[in-house]
Amino acid sequence: MKTENEIKQDVVILFAGDSGDGIQLTGTQFTNTAAMYGNDISTFPNFPAEIRAPQGTLPGVSGFQLHFGSVEIFTPGDIADVLVVMNAAALKANIKQLKPGGTIIANTDGFDPKNLKLAKYPEGVNPLKDGSLEQFRLIEVDVTKLTRNALSGSGLGTKETDRSKNMFVLGLVCWMYNRSLDPTIEFLKEQFRKRPELSETNEKVLRAGYAYGDTTETPMTRYEVKAAQLEPGNYRGIMGNQATAMGLIAAAKKSGLTLFYGTYPITPASDILHELSKHKNFGVKTFQAEDEIAAVTASIGASFGGNLGVTASSGPGIALKGEAIGLAVMLELPLVICNIQRGGPSTGLPTKTEQADLLQVMYGRNGECPVPVVAAKSPGDCFETVFEAARIAVEHMTPVFFLSDGYIANGAEPWKYPVAADLPAINVRFAKNELKEGEKFLPYKRDERLVRAWAIPGTKGLEHRVGGIEKEAETGNVSYDPDNHELMVKTRAAKVANIADSISLQALDNGPQKGKLLVLGWGSTYGAIKTAVREVIAEGGDVAHAHLRYINPFPKNLGELLNSYEKVLIPEMNNGQLIRLIRDQYLVDAKPFNKIKGIPFTSGELKTKIYELLK
Amino acid sequence: MSTTDTTKLTAKDFTSDQEVRWCPGCGDYSILKQVQTVMPELGIPRENIVFISGIGCSSRFPYYMETYGMHSIHGRATAVASGLKATRPELSVWIVTGDGDALSIGGNHLIHLLRRNFDVNVLLFNNQIYGLTKGQYSPTSPEGQVTKSTPAGSLDHPFNPLALVLGASGTFIARSMDRDPVHLREILKRADRHKGTSLVEIYQNCNVFNDGVFEVFTEKTSKKAETLFLEHGKPLVFGEKGEKGIRLDGFTPRVVELADTSLNDLWIHDERDLGKATLLVRFFDDPAKVDHLPRPFGIFYEEDRACYEDLMEAQITEAITQKGESDLDALLRGKNTWTIA
Ligand code: SF4
Repeated sequence: MKTENEIKQDVVILFAGDSGDGIQLTGTQFTNTAAMYGNDISTFPNFPAEIRAPQGTLPGVSGFQLHFGSVEIFTPGDIADVLVVMNAAALKANIKQLKPGGTIIANTDGFDPKNLKLAKYPEGVNPLKDGSLEQFRLIEVDVTKLTRNALSGSGLGTKETDRSKNMFVLGLVCWMYNRSLDPTIEFLKEQFRKRPELSETNEKVLRAGYAYGDTTETPMTRYEVKAAQLEPGNYRGIMGNQATAMGLIAAAKKSGLTLFYGTYPITPASDILHELSKHKNFGVKTFQAEDEIAAVTASIGASFGGNLGVTASSGPGIALKGEAIGLAVMLELPLVICNIQRGGPSTGLPTKTEQADLLQVMYGRNGECPVPVVAAKSPGDCFETVFEAARIAVEHMTPVFFLSDGYIANGAEPWKYPVAADLPAINVRFAKNELKEGEKFLPYKRDERLVRAWAIPGTKGLEHRVGGIEKEAETGNVSYDPDNHELMVKTRAAKVANIADSISLQALDNGPQKGKLLVLGWGSTYGAIKTAVREVIAEGGDVAHAHLRYINPFPKNLGELLNSYEKVLIPEMNNGQLIRLIRDQYLVDAKPFNKIKGIPFTSGELKTKIYELLK
Repeated sequence: MSTTDTTKLTAKDFTSDQEVRWCPGCGDYSILKQVQTVMPELGIPRENIVFISGIGCSSRFPYYMETYGMHSIHGRATAVASGLKATRPELSVWIVTGDGDALSIGGNHLIHLLRRNFDVNVLLFNNQIYGLTKGQYSPTSPEGQVTKSTPAGSLDHPFNPLALVLGASGTFIARSMDRDPVHLREILKRADRHKGTSLVEIYQNCNVFNDGVFEVFTEKTSKKAETLFLEHGKPLVFGEKGEKGIRLDGFTPRVVELADTSLNDLWIHDERDLGKATLLVRFFDDPAKVDHLPRPFGIFYEEDRACYEDLMEAQITEAITQKGESDLDALLRGKNTWTIA
């Protein structure tokens, strides 16, 4: 039975299943297919916390949310239009995410008594049968059986056969949205280059899924989501951690420095290490250290030697690195510290997202210890922002924090990738021996920006010692002199403050230059705020949006900007952190809006809040 | 590294303008002097030498050396040095550390440095006490030691540092002392020559908080009887008049009188013998014990094993051969792109 193609502006699909069901792969492949077709997209993978939670259980559910459209897309979507579930647990865990009237595609085999029991449905209850899903459009498909049918006679065992179930689902979804199978077939060929028989069987199942859409008697609507009117240019898909890795490589290349990346595995930062270690032909040196402290101190050693020292972690690891970051502040050496935030405190919510380390990176060290902070707002923005972090570190001789979080680290979007030649230069000025006869080298002598020289080992005549003990201005010798200490504390603070001269002024993302309400955001809340503000403006509301990349120091015009609005709203995925910095520096009575649930804001929540303040 | 005019340099050229601030009589002075004396003999340009330390009395060392140097944070000199050596393999990197710095707070980094075998030199000043913090027991203090933090005696069983180093796959393991400048200089030169992590434990007297703990090994009256100076290819002989030796009875070392044993039957020292080194590092008896073994000094063990920094370079060279020189535009583009007109 057939129905007409229905035109849609945007669609949110949530794929959910057991972590062994290949959900992430299905999601990623459909994302690539949609992106290459020209849709704008935003994705959000939701991993279970346990690596191998028992099969079929609620903690074992893995999800992948994908928002694609013919319009600009900034978030993975508040609520799903389509929910694809491979088993009962996946349905139970995600049904709240489906909008009324939405479509459920359910693998009926995943709703056998065993799976229902594992998902903790009461004895005898099957949600597919009891009418509880009445408000949705339910499409039942026995994916397991159909997959086995497609591969009967292939010689593969049941276990191997069942592993390609996700391809059936992908094929069916491609049919639903009129998408070509070619990108996936290409992918399979590449993926199974060494085992072409697997590429063939997976392709077979993929095609069977597509054909099922054509032939099934179940009424199903096909949709069309036209290509989006994105800014002209060349695009690719990108994930946040991948963009971070590429930004670091680009910064190394543009500065002519060797990238040394010292790190210790931690969720959700490890993918940066995985990505960087693939690019050794760029001269990248990755060092998986014995712990977080060794990771940062080895990077400091590399920086001392004249390299681009970078370390990364998430909150718990950043806590361990604190003392060493203080050392880097005293040594006044370049160092990039990436904090890919996750839910805290302590181990917290390792696989969930949060923005609760801002005050940690601002203040989490002993003594007066200023460190510049920049934050990325989207997966693609990680590239430029971490590049900026490296530029500031090298040009201002200071450690710099780069903030990202689990949401953008694992999220993906289309990215208008830059051309290498267009990237800004990063100026490295190693000190040369220009001493006159009898003159002593002064390692802590500063230029007009208060930046000291980077004199690296191997430079004859500039031999000098640095260390964590307070140093005398200019000579860098150990000094316990009270006046000198105060001078040095003030100087280090002024050096960081001076960075404001080399960064761009704060621009508005959207809305009027002055007015009733400014929504001020930072980090991964960008997409949700952008969507909410855009909609309120379209509905006639007097609201503007500014999104901070530079948090320490703030852009020079920020105070003026804040004062151009009657009210300022600061939404954050924490208990109120940027708001403290803003109130402290500008004495602005900004209003907080906080969500601390390990999941991003929805634009709907933000809209409601914005309207509340506009009243 | 040998093609410069370093021959003209002297110990004075390695002496910085900073006033040395150790307590008068501290063993550190002698060690500093020997290091400064040896440096010009190594044939390494001064600007290619880097001293890195952690925290503790010994860790002030870099300030006194007219080379590049970093006084880092407690326990981490080994990790700082790893990052430096990984990226600047041509530098001669020296780590100065103490028993607290290397074996307590920095224990983790030390063992990982050793297994990776970076080509650096570690000078471990062992004085069996925390000096800088004014006299608490350290991980090498003997059981029962009364210190400021252990008025009723320490409960901790001490580390045997060289056994630990061997256990962590150290490739150059040696011991010397502050009071034997000639020996110390010899060992320092050998440490420099070894390609890989050279660890030299140096018995160092803290005359303020732990005076005389090594006296039995360092003082003329007992030194000959209580120490065993190792020489490659030579039998293990010691004693007031060289009248005693060590013979291996199966895996058990026994002290024998040379009067009743032929030199040929003695244990012949072989720096390359891992099995023997395993026994030698266990010559760690309390000299007060009857029938104790003498304490060895010298080079216990040396092994050739690839260094981390070289393996790292090799991987990069290999990657360039395989994938070609880096092309940033190709990286930014990736595999799947599309164009919006
Ligand atoms: S406290 Fe001991 S080790 Fe430290 S300088 Fe004084 S004598 Fe030397």
